[in-house]
Amino acid sequence: MAGAGHPVLWRIVQTIPVLIGVVVVSFVLTRALPGDPAVYFAGAMATPESIAEVRAALGLDQPLVHQFFRYCAALLQGDLGRSVSTGQPVVEDLATRLPASLELTLCALVLSCAVAIPLGILAAVRQGGPIDHLCRILVTAGVSLPTFFTGIVLIYVFYYLLGWAPSPLGRLDFVYLEPPRVTGFLLVDTLLVGDIETFFGAARQLILPSVTLALFTLAPIARMTRAAMLSALSADYVRTARAAGLAPRTVLLTYALRNALLPVVTTLGMVFSFVLGANVLVEKVFAWPGIGSYAVEALVASDYAAVQGFVLAMAVLFVLLNLVIDLAYALIDPRIGFSAK
Amino acid sequence: MSGIVSPAPTPAPERGALAHVGHVLRENPVTAVSFAMFAVIVLMAVLGPALVPYDPLATNAARALEPPSAAHWFGTDHLGRDVFSRVVVATRLDLTISVAAVALSFVIGATLGAIAGYRGGWVDAVLARVLDTIMAFPLFVLAMGIVAAMGNTIENIVYATAIINIPFYARVVRAEVNIRREAGFALAARLAGNSHARVLASHIVPNALPPMMVQVSLNMGWAILNAAGLSFIGLGVRPPTPEWGIMVAEGANYIVSGHWWVALFPGLWLMLAVFTFNLMGDGLRDIVDPRRRT
Amino acid sequence: MLSVRDLAVTFRTRRGDVPAVCGVGFDLAPGETLGIVGESGSGKSVTSYALMRILDAGGEIRSGAMTWNGTDLRNAREAAMRKIRGGEISMIFQNPRAALNPIRKVGRQIEDVLRQHGRATDRDAMGKAIAALEAVRIRNGAERYHAYPFELSGGMCQRIVIAIALACEPKLVIADEPTTGLDITTQKAVMDLMRDLIRARGMSSIVITHDLGLAAEYCDRLCVMKDGEIVETGPSAALFARPSHAYTRKLVDATPRPGVGVRDLLPAEARTPLPVHEPKAKKLLEVVDLVKTYAGKSGPVHAVEGVSFSIREGESVGLVGESGCGKSTTSAMLVRLLDPTSGAIVFENEDMAAIPADRFARDPRRGRIQMVFQDATDSLNPRHTAADAIAEPLRRIAGLRGKALDARIDELADLTGLPGHLLRRFPHQLSGGQKARVGIARAIALEPRFLVLDEPTAALDVSIQATVLNLLADLRARLGMTYLFVSHDLAVVRLLCDRVIVMQSGRIVEEGAADAVLEAPTHPYTRALVEAAPKPPRSEVVLRAVG
Repeated sequence: MAGAGHPVLWRIVQTIPVLIGVVVVSFVLTRALPGDPAVYFAGAMATPESIAEVRAALGLDQPLVHQFFRYCAALLQGDLGRSVSTGQPVVEDLATRLPASLELTLCALVLSCAVAIPLGILAAVRQGGPIDHLCRILVTAGVSLPTFFTGIVLIYVFYYLLGWAPSPLGRLDFVYLEPPRVTGFLLVDTLLVGDIETFFGAARQLILPSVTLALFTLAPIARMTRAAMLSALSADYVRTARAAGLAPRTVLLTYALRNALLPVVTTLGMVFSFVLGANVLVEKVFAWPGIGSYAVEALVASDYAAVQGFVLAMAVLFVLLNLVIDLAYALIDPRIGFSAK
Repeated sequence: MSGIVSPAPTPAPERGALAHVGHVLRENPVTAVSFAMFAVIVLMAVLGPALVPYDPLATNAARALEPPSAAHWFGTDHLGRDVFSRVVVATRLDLTISVAAVALSFVIGATLGAIAGYRGGWVDAVLARVLDTIMAFPLFVLAMGIVAAMGNTIENIVYATAIINIPFYARVVRAEVNIRREAGFALAARLAGNSHARVLASHIVPNALPPMMVQVSLNMGWAILNAAGLSFIGLGVRPPTPEWGIMVAEGANYIVSGHWWVALFPGLWLMLAVFTFNLMGDGLRDIVDPRRRT
Repeated sequence: MLSVRDLAVTFRTRRGDVPAVCGVGFDLAPGETLGIVGESGSGKSVTSYALMRILDAGGEIRSGAMTWNGTDLRNAREAAMRKIRGGEISMIFQNPRAALNPIRKVGRQIEDVLRQHGRATDRDAMGKAIAALEAVRIRNGAERYHAYPFELSGGMCQRIVIAIALACEPKLVIADEPTTGLDITTQKAVMDLMRDLIRARGMSSIVITHDLGLAAEYCDRLCVMKDGEIVETGPSAALFARPSHAYTRKLVDATPRPGVGVRDLLPAEARTPLPVHEPKAKKLLEVVDLVKTYAGKSGPVHAVEGVSFSIREGESVGLVGESGCGKSTTSAMLVRLLDPTSGAIVFENEDMAAIPADRFARDPRRGRIQMVFQDATDSLNPRHTAADAIAEPLRRIAGLRGKALDARIDELADLTGLPGHLLRRFPHQLSGGQKARVGIARAIALEPRFLVLDEPTAALDVSIQATVLNLLADLRARLGMTYLFVSHDLAVVRLLCDRVIVMQSGRIVEEGAADAVLEAPTHPYTRALVEAAPKPPRSEVVLRAVG
């Protein structure tokens, strides 16, 4: 595409107002938190003076606008405050736990795309056939599944009843030695040191939570693939291709599927939103040491810097994922100039 | 009019609105089943507390964690409370939360979206920015943040669920209104002496109803899942109030010891409710769409 | 070389099998051009899809035989069919932009076909694709090879569709409404190109069209289809001159052509005398230097650049031009749906341009200026019955309620020839012609003095167009209305208008009495328009009617 650099840059620039909006919202959310953080930080033995001191130290006696700029300045230095419950800077906590969440999310997405996209294609190609019916049942049932409930049922069946799955407690059973941390992804780190045994240990832990998440995201992807494929197959250009005697494979892949992928890629944005939210629930069910369970613990402990850091981190992650999706879309669709969304 | 051949009338019986609903239900058995299930859920919400065999809050340490039996259809939980009674009584709370949240987001989202879609220009641009900002958060995470910030109450669950659903309605309505803004019938309505507000309210928005109905039914499902998910992680509804999410959370602790019924039944009920709402979508759309009248 | 016998095609639907084609048969000789003509739903496209065995899901060939150079097309294996499709028989489709893969370079789409039929290898495919582009008179083939369909005009896209169809030098080309959606001058260019290429390569062709005039001009022989059956077959000139079947005669009559009046479009038995139509000398509307400029992405877009004209009371004026010439923008400003950037619209001696369009809904003149919209389906609210649609202006502007309202609606239905029992129906339960009548009834409900007709018949079949045009002619005389008839079709405009204004890129290029402009156009653009219109052969029916 000629001059592709310009629209790509423009799309990246467009994320800036969204990021500003995200920062404003997360700032507002922190200031609306119940209770007085100063009282909380001053501790149980606080006197009115010590509370006032803490308040001044936190900058809570300043006007809101001023507080906002202080907040932004701190953000720019990567300072999200200190977690009360762990005693660590929130940024460090999040950085330690993020790979666990990402590993789980990515596995789930790859799994659900690998199942949902072929399923949607087959359902559309054999419309009205048994695969189509299976697809429709899966799709309607799939969006009705509460993730936390699916997780519990899977644990009951595969851990308690069948005993196939390891105990649903974290990323690695204690019998394995955790590999030295390079990427934070256990599957990658174990392979880097050539520890196949631990690799399989980590993979076993990963199966149930990723299946839980994948089941949840299967439905929207399969439904969109089926619908997009159906509309592409009935498009005029597919008829032109058939009338020109092109082989069914070419018609299906080069003509129908590539066009059908466009709306599917768009849906992925929404799916990411669901996945990142559902992640929190799945992490709680499987005691997965990611940022989701970190946030749940922080909520219980009213650890406000941690919750706010988590919300902000998730939003930034999501904005970046959407950016990647849009850029991927532009690679498939020559018509995109990024001017209209 | 001389010289004009009037085309032969095609047979098309005219029906009333009620007959149309009946027609839609007969046409599609899935829709009929989903509407019947919805009626049962509503009945449970209204009459539930009066019908259940046990007090949903009454504990009985002697009969804790009993499996399902004739006396306790769904078994008892760790405090000896009757799971069946709790599941049925919880219907009212879960349904109220989701209906209230969906109604709020429907009204606010549809109004904002209709105005933005019709006016275009800066109104549209501002709304788009605001929606983008809301959508920039993973929605469940935003709901967590809102409830954490505003306080851990049921009302705040409703508001949080409403806020995260507003963009869906606003976008659907905006798109539907936008494509009809320059439609012939909207222009004709202006030529017939209607003001912009009237064209929008009585000509364009009613035509955007069918796709919105599908959205409503999907959102009802999400809203219940969302509320249950929030209580599952300890936000919103607090124990010992019976609520499906909390009950699954409580039951989760006993699943690894094989007491499956404590978590299974509330979870199944939740699933069934969401499933019902999702199934109703197409039927609702067909009911509000006059083009389905044949 | 092609022979079709007793072809029957049905479509399976939820409400049972629907026959689309029943008992169609025809033959085609080498080098011959056959036209299949019929109105929408006559089964003409389905016939061609059945030949290629590319019927949509649910379509099934029930009976009949199709033989192509000794090959049984009905029972040939799918693999054999694939060799025939594109290799021996190929198709050109309507709506060229949609007929091309939107995200594949056009050159690659031609290559796909060449490779499939073994006409090109990886090494020479690109060169051959470029040659195919140049064969359809696309300059700069090497550059166009890399273009995507959205970067090309409609006419250019249709050339590419033709290039794909002709790439493998088939022996038969089937063109399915090849000019639908194209401007009239582009239409002619595309049809001429197709005819020249087909002749030069000695191919046979089948042209499927709703336009009898177009078919007669380009085809040797015609088949007329109605409700899935062929009602008449014959050489073009003879069929036009002496249509033997009643339906053919109706179609021939309804086709607008030089030298006939609006009544001549109707079947002979329905031709009542046309009411006297005499414009007065007084000016009703005067447009002075009207300008509309939009803010576009790359600088301002000048939609209308200083248009001035006037219309006398009772006069009918045609506003003609191709898409994008500014005629629709002009008419939207005249009916006060759009504010002009500058200029005056003087109606009954008062400048209306000063009143913003947003506030015109409450202006007392609102009821006196009305409009009939282009697409009757789009202009009726799907949630309102026919009666609701007609009632709208009566309620809002005239303030009619109750019995008076019902009586007026019945009166209007009667006036526009809409059977009373249809009034309670929703638009989707009405036919195209019925919807057009509802739209007209609504527009004349308040007996406006000035009526803008925005291509009111563009979406209608010719026979319905004929009745609607006559209805408009009758109503004009009866209610003393003044018309501005906006259209791209000079032949239709001439039937109803005293004067014609021709627009091109936002300006008026020619203006004058309708017959004079049509017979002796002075501006080159008008001349191109007049020449591009299909010229059906004169029929005896017409001669009899005129002479």
